[in-house]
Amino acid sequence: MGILTLATRSLRQHQAQTRSLAVLGGALAAGALIIPPLRERFLQHPFAVAGFLVLVLFVVAFWTIPSDFTRRMRKNPLSLAGFTLIVLFIALAILAPLLAPTPSSSRDPYLIPQEGFATDPRPPRPGHPFGTTEGQYDLYYGIVWGTRTALRVSMVVILISVVIGLALGGVSGYYGGRLDEAIMRITDIFLAFPSLILAVVVVAVLGRSLTNVMIAIALVNWPIYARLLRGDILTVRGRDFVEAAKAMGGGDVRIITKHIVPNAIYPFLVFTTLDVGLIVLTAAALSFLGLGAEVGYADWGMLINLSRNWILGAPGNPFAYWYVLIFPGAAIFLFVLGWNLLGDAVRDILDPRLRGAG
Amino acid sequence: MASFIARRMLLLPVVAFGVTLLIFALLQFLAPEMRAAAFITNPNQLTALDAIIKKYGLDQPVYVQYWNWLREVFSGNLGWSQTARLPVRAAIGAFFPATLELTIYAFVPIMLLGVWLGTAAAVHRDRFIDHLSRVFSISFRSLPSFVWGLLILMILYGRMNWFPPGRLSLEADLFVRDPSRFQLHTNLLTLDALLNGQLWIFFDALRHLMGPVLTLTMVSIALLVRITRSSMLEVLRQDYVRTARAKGLGEDVVIDKHARKNALIPVITLSSLTFVGLLGGVVITETIFNFPGIGRWGAFAAQQLDIPGVTGFAMFVAGLTVLGNLGADILYAYFDPRIRLQ
Repeated sequence: MGILTLATRSLRQHQAQTRSLAVLGGALAAGALIIPPLRERFLQHPFAVAGFLVLVLFVVAFWTIPSDFTRRMRKNPLSLAGFTLIVLFIALAILAPLLAPTPSSSRDPYLIPQEGFATDPRPPRPGHPFGTTEGQYDLYYGIVWGTRTALRVSMVVILISVVIGLALGGVSGYYGGRLDEAIMRITDIFLAFPSLILAVVVVAVLGRSLTNVMIAIALVNWPIYARLLRGDILTVRGRDFVEAAKAMGGGDVRIITKHIVPNAIYPFLVFTTLDVGLIVLTAAALSFLGLGAEVGYADWGMLINLSRNWILGAPGNPFAYWYVLIFPGAAIFLFVLGWNLLGDAVRDILDPRLRGAG
Repeated sequence: MASFIARRMLLLPVVAFGVTLLIFALLQFLAPEMRAAAFITNPNQLTALDAIIKKYGLDQPVYVQYWNWLREVFSGNLGWSQTARLPVRAAIGAFFPATLELTIYAFVPIMLLGVWLGTAAAVHRDRFIDHLSRVFSISFRSLPSFVWGLLILMILYGRMNWFPPGRLSLEADLFVRDPSRFQLHTNLLTLDALLNGQLWIFFDALRHLMGPVLTLTMVSIALLVRITRSSMLEVLRQDYVRTARAKGLGEDVVIDKHARKNALIPVITLSSLTFVGLLGGVVITETIFNFPGIGRWGAFAAQQLDIPGVTGFAMFVAGLTVLGNLGADILYAYFDPRIRLQ
């Protein structure tokens, strides 16, 4: 009885939270529709607006699921901060066409509009809230659309590495023996390089482009996933419930997908969350070295690369061009920080023994 | 122990072979003309491209090419680096001492500070220093190394004029290059300066090292703090620590003599991995601080499509990494006998 009261009370609290969030969202939407310049932007980009509403619904739904996991997340301020940062960045990515409208003359929204061709960066001013870089690329536009680039790069890389890692790591861990030995030696070879250096070689050989950056990082990344999953499977494999499934005549594929992967997946999930940050850092490092996105493409690392010539400022004013480094640098920092905070929090929640280990 | 090392050593050639195979596989993405460019040393040869392709067998089946290439690599011929204007092997020899010096100088503060902060955080768990170390750790992990480097350059050079980029100031560089006044023994400039009795060269080189060292420290220290802390927490829970406390030893003695020694086992192992991590970190750091080491050369070679330079650089670093990992395994087995028996 006591438990039931508690459950209904916490559910009611959730409903109150949900209602306030929904009211806030509705007020924002209504306000946007009333103010004329905003209304036009909203109507011009129905998909972005729809995407944003889906995101809001998703967050509300996730937040109100009465589970142990979300309850612990709500209790931990660091995980809250991480979750908020990530949701904000995803919202920024979805709403990019509204927040930083692409000029009608542009053929590709990812190409940052240029305001003239003067060589030196210009400070923040009306129309360019974060200033412009050398070559007059608008920093605000680049950072907003760069959010999409960062999310796309990390998602694609994670997808490729997880697919390869799951397949090879699963096979390796489950079958063992020579196959395991062979696959592990292959991962040894890839892990023999510091990750950034192998990525540099791959991009240098394949040619510089964002696609090749993704390929390069995925190539560097998959062995870690393969090893992680293999290790997890090895610890799960000997457990009684797997033996039982075998004894009942379960096929290999069925045992792997139904029994082993669900039990080995949590450390994998934690690592994936933390890995998003690492991937974005590596991609930004490649762009910074001039091996990633082309000049003028909305990418945070590229923007920082444009700051390199102006780091020492002007004579007598060493911080004259601070905005070229600080704004994109802060964008990368907050993005990676969000994923790291969330990853640490998820790890703590799933494995209480490690609490506070990070 | 000997058999453990022997087993590990047996894997070395396998990995080395695999590394060459991987690099060669990557090279296959280049057109034969592009690969031929590696053999060109002056523009006049451009007209004879076909002859070069024939001469070096670049139109032959892949396994023949691989064999030829492997023979060259193992005889020490890694090709010609356009960016260094030197054969790749000579370029590595010329650039590596600077990087070695940098990593040695970065290694010391990382280890000392990391172990100290990690231990302090574990001993004072959930107190101020613990929270502080967590904040540091997660911020350093989240800030890109190149933003760190550029900030340091902006503030500590641009504003304060403390730590200039490069490896030496102009006058020191001229002095060092003059064989009648300065003998280069090791090419580690701070060491050479002391051997030559030129203290001002020593301090000049040290000043130039500080920027990259600070950057590398910030980037690498987080992992060490985390490992030391969790390892220390693990040890503090052990029965023998409780026994030591129970027999009335002071907390300092318990921490210093009983706990820390055992907590340091994974840290010692990590030390050689830290070294490896630094080797990866120098690419960015040296580029920012214009420090003439192997990392800046590798990055420049990649930008300029100096393929022999990039691949030679990568294989060299891979070799060092493999040795570093081997070192980590051996250290671990030495300090923790349970590992050897597996």
